[in-house]
Amino acid sequence: MEILQFTEKHHNFRRRLRAFLAESVIPHVDQWEKEKIEPKQIWYKMGQNGFLCTEIGPEYGGIGGDFLYTVIIAEEMAATNHTGLAVGLHSDVVVPYINSFGNAEQKQKYLPGCVSGDIITAVAMTEPNAGSDLAGMTTTAVEEGDEVVINGSKTFISNGIISDLVVIAAKDPAVENPYQAISLYLVEDGTKGFERGRHLEKMGWWSQDTAELFFIKCRIPVANRLGDKGTGFLMLMQKLQQERLVTSIGAVTAAEKILEWALEYCKSSPDGAKPVSKYQANQFTLVEMATEVKIGRTFMEKLVADHMEGKDIVIETSMAKYWTTAMAKRIANRSLDFFGDAGILETCPVARAFRDVRVMSIFAGTNEIMKSIAGKFMGL
Amino acid sequence: MFELTKPQKQIQKAAKSFAKGEFDKELAQDMDKKHEFPFKIWTKASDLGFVGIHFAEKHSGGGMGLLENTLIAEEFCRRDSTIGMALTNAGFAAECLVRFADEELQNRFLPPVAEGQMLSGGAFTEPGKGTDISNLKTSAVRQNNGWVLNGTKVCLVNGGVAGFYVVLCCTDPDVGATKGSSMFLVETDRSGLTIKNSGDKLGARMIASAEITFEDVSVPTTHLIGKQGRGYDQTQQFYTECRLQIAAQSLGIALGAYDRATEYVKGREQFGKKIAQFQITRHKFADMATKIEMARLLTYKTAWDFNKERKSAHAAAMAKIVSARAAYEVADEAIQLHGGYGYMTEYDVERFYRDAKIAELFCGNKETLKDIIGKAAIGKIR
Repeated sequence: MEILQFTEKHHNFRRRLRAFLAESVIPHVDQWEKEKIEPKQIWYKMGQNGFLCTEIGPEYGGIGGDFLYTVIIAEEMAATNHTGLAVGLHSDVVVPYINSFGNAEQKQKYLPGCVSGDIITAVAMTEPNAGSDLAGMTTTAVEEGDEVVINGSKTFISNGIISDLVVIAAKDPAVENPYQAISLYLVEDGTKGFERGRHLEKMGWWSQDTAELFFIKCRIPVANRLGDKGTGFLMLMQKLQQERLVTSIGAVTAAEKILEWALEYCKSSPDGAKPVSKYQANQFTLVEMATEVKIGRTFMEKLVADHMEGKDIVIETSMAKYWTTAMAKRIANRSLDFFGDAGILETCPVARAFRDVRVMSIFAGTNEIMKSIAGKFMGL
Repeated sequence: MFELTKPQKQIQKAAKSFAKGEFDKELAQDMDKKHEFPFKIWTKASDLGFVGIHFAEKHSGGGMGLLENTLIAEEFCRRDSTIGMALTNAGFAAECLVRFADEELQNRFLPPVAEGQMLSGGAFTEPGKGTDISNLKTSAVRQNNGWVLNGTKVCLVNGGVAGFYVVLCCTDPDVGATKGSSMFLVETDRSGLTIKNSGDKLGARMIASAEITFEDVSVPTTHLIGKQGRGYDQTQQFYTECRLQIAAQSLGIALGAYDRATEYVKGREQFGKKIAQFQITRHKFADMATKIEMARLLTYKTAWDFNKERKSAHAAAMAKIVSARAAYEVADEAIQLHGGYGYMTEYDVERFYRDAKIAELFCGNKETLKDIIGKAAIGKIR
């Protein structure tokens, strides 16, 4: 019995998405990787074809799909061998903040654009001195009548350059307890005092823009606060679970794709040479790799099912995030070994994957933080 | 035994201070991005005798051995993995001349390499074959006063920037490549020779990799390196030296990543204390330090044996496996300890990580090396 029960509707969606990616994404990936950013147009195209924010209901232009659509999108995106088009971040991480915690007015104002691809989103939590230690953030938000004044700087913000709308976490300096001081606000592109910093250079994810954001006496209406004042930390904790689960889906599917390339290469026989896969030691290694990928897939699917049932899986999600991302890194590393000299060149598909998967053990909470959370909830 | 000699310590110190004074972080990041060879630093390094220290003094070398070369590679790569790898590969395959060529060829081609006037390269690998050189397609046929070369090689180190290449060719197809291949020196300006850059690389980006095609390329008989029919054995011996050098580079890469991680965890605070104060951080450092020590012992011991003319292919293979693995794992942990910063170009450890992976892939992956070690460990079965 399959753990995830895909219906004919899901299968159709997957077929349509796969065809779309083959036509509109894959042929452009090399260029986006070179340009270090993807054009806004592709986001718009994704939206127009119904591939953004699948959980959003028809009242805002969405299809109101279940979480399996997220799984399908993550799987099909992984097959494009690039991680630039961060639709998962937009659809499954940022927009859910608006969908879950926004009021009717905010939802009406922003959700249709998020679904259509007119609005690309980002979430700004990390600061130069507050990475794992989220509560240590120093960006301030002071509410003055109808307005809020935001001051501070954020870094490592995915979609940092391309985004039209940013969900930002900031602290009320008057509240001492850091867990009760944080609120979330929506800041639109073009707001005075909201400036983009450097487009950061990084090892991988080249077609995706990671940037610094600066807020200098940035004034926004108080109506742009998400939820109640001081509930930001709770909202973040609540939504980070889904972000980590989505990361696990991405890690497992990336590992599957990398294994597929490795197997294809190892079974090939250029000029009639004995295939790499015909050597016993290589067979054992490939079997071990395939086993790890299967374990990751099974664990991840079970958590997706539990997540869809609304179960409390904070421990398991933390475990899965750390284990699957470390596994994807191992698979990329061991796959590249088979290519030998050929793996040195960027033309080897695993070379890019090797650079790209490395960050998964770091973002959405480092693997060390995952182990700390699991340990805490296990009563250790 | 566990102490370097005074001259060796001086070389180590000189290499360290040269690297500290000349290697610039921003320049390195820029050259890495542009896939450029560090020509200026190379000229200075050659002037000071860091290139070709293991060549004879009469060939402008330092008249020393591989242990001294190891110390330089370690210090250079520790300061900067990419610049270090490029500089220590400046005389790539010139070792073939040192070991096997006759006086005339040595006198002509080794001094310009040691003096920093010419880079050298090597063409051994054939398309789709990796380190397997037992079935060569590139041929050299005896004609008139020389040899005529035809064929294609990939993974040409310093391809396009070197003054000459050491090329392995099949010279007697009837007896097979292990007994019927020979080594030649081919200058880059010979007619019929085409070099095509292989494009961007995952790491070691300052070392050009290219594909080279020979179409009726003629070389004089004097360009035969060593003995006719001994090319396979000579290449295996060169690979052994090359692996020892990669072990040395890897040791440096591991140390460089370790240095950067140390500095970072001692400065970075999260949750009200330095990252260095967390037990898990300290244990990560314990693991890294242990791996580095294992790499250092195996690499130094193998190099020391080489200086005493005890050259063992399996010892060099062991050193390369352990040292390159240490470089990869330490650089990986260094990235993790840096968090998001570790993934950014600005913090260098991502470059060390990519370079460490090249050390693992280049000149024989683990499987190839284990075949060599396994053969030596178990011996022949009767």
